[in-house]
Amino acid sequence: MTSSSYLLRSLAWYGGVGLLVGQVARNLALPRRYTAVIIHEMEVMGVRSLGVALIAAVFTGMVLALQSGVNMQRFGAENYVGPLVALSMLRELGPVLTAILVGGKVASGITAELGSMLVTEQIDALRALGVNYIKRLVVPRVLAALVVFPLLTVLGDAIGLVGGAVIASAELGVDWYAYWNTTFYWVTPRDFLTGIGKSVFFGGLIAVVGCYNGLSSEGGTEGLGRATTSTVMHVALGVIVSDFFLTKLFLLLFW
Amino acid sequence: MPESPIEAADVWKGFNGRDVLRGISFTVAKGETFVIMGGSGSGKTVCLRVLAGLLRPDRGRIRVFGTSIERLSEEELLPIRRRLGYVFQGAALFDSLTVHENVAYPLREHTDLAEGQIARRVEHCLSLVGLDPDVKTKLPGELSGGMRKRVGIARALAAEPEVMLFDEPTAGLDPTNSKIVAELIGQLATGTCDTSIVVTHDVELANAVADRIAVLVDGRFAAIGTPDELRKSTDPAVVAFFSGEAR
Repeated sequence: MTSSSYLLRSLAWYGGVGLLVGQVARNLALPRRYTAVIIHEMEVMGVRSLGVALIAAVFTGMVLALQSGVNMQRFGAENYVGPLVALSMLRELGPVLTAILVGGKVASGITAELGSMLVTEQIDALRALGVNYIKRLVVPRVLAALVVFPLLTVLGDAIGLVGGAVIASAELGVDWYAYWNTTFYWVTPRDFLTGIGKSVFFGGLIAVVGCYNGLSSEGGTEGLGRATTSTVMHVALGVIVSDFFLTKLFLLLFW
Repeated sequence: MPESPIEAADVWKGFNGRDVLRGISFTVAKGETFVIMGGSGSGKTVCLRVLAGLLRPDRGRIRVFGTSIERLSEEELLPIRRRLGYVFQGAALFDSLTVHENVAYPLREHTDLAEGQIARRVEHCLSLVGLDPDVKTKLPGELSGGMRKRVGIARALAAEPEVMLFDEPTAGLDPTNSKIVAELIGQLATGTCDTSIVVTHDVELANAVADRIAVLVDGRFAAIGTPDELRKSTDPAVVAFFSGEAR
């Protein structure tokens, strides 16, 4: 593929995602009977991802405490491991790692499901039955993700902090109560809320990218396979890149 | 005279620089069964999809129930599509839903019927296509191709559309079930869904159900007429098609 055709395809992709965001915004008012669909999607995205999200979070908190604590011991500052772990988890690692790990899984699942519906004409069947397929297939997933990813992030933050506290206490000899006292002294609601704000954005991005790649897949089952793996990459890059801009935005707004 | 539910004028549609439909024009009267025949790749399915608004024509005009649809948005097309019933060539059933849920789908989406009424309607539609109520709990993957096709017909009929669009309704069906489908299409003419457009290359089906037949050759209608008129036609393209010698 030439660089100009690659650029055109990339621009078309961004344009398509943007158009889908517009369609989602125009179709937010869902019929009451779709509440069950939203709840089902929340169960698929959230409940079934809980294990991987919490395992990743606890080990992240533990390794953060271990790495930072061992180095801070050189300066006699190991008592500040708590705030460091908390600020890192709440502002960055909690929302970003949850989005990349769980988001890749969730988004590729959405792409596979919608893509196979496309290949087997089920999307056309919905359209032919007079059903708004954006309302039925895309909006419930976006709304579910907007709720689920912040919730997973909160749980991940909490368990990450606990993991950090266990390591700080067991490996570094930091007093358990001192760990939590210094943590709550230095951490503000703003630190927690910026992380949650990021996770809301990431949730929307994950759902929209997953849906777009599924609905636009071409080339039959082989194309669907490519779309599914591309989704994982799109989500990871999208989260990392948008994380920078969101961090900058929140620092400008709230610092 | 009631307005024709379907009118197409000079419709063109192409893909990747190749025209599939090249200026087709036709009108389907209310209560008529209009059959479109043609060889594989002649554009029959594309024609049906364009009528349902699933594809947008490159040029030309299409009026469905008196409304020009070629420039309508997806949202604007929805109420028109609810008055159409579309039977896909591959049935296009929702594979994670049971047969009952598939047939009930349009009723749950577009009506306020209670579940009991929906269940009775589903059983009625399944009986129309010759399916046992036992299949209600099965998933599409557990059905034969012919059974899936008949469930697709039942689903399209469930919401009592005014116009039915059939894409190869007897493809994959054994002679007995083909006859059931042909009889069903014939019976529809006496009810609410009294207008049908049937795309097929099954000459027996066409002769059994058609009020008029249009023969599509190279993206154009080589002939439109009653089955008798076409049998007597001397147009070389029509003769070649019916004798199986069209290339």
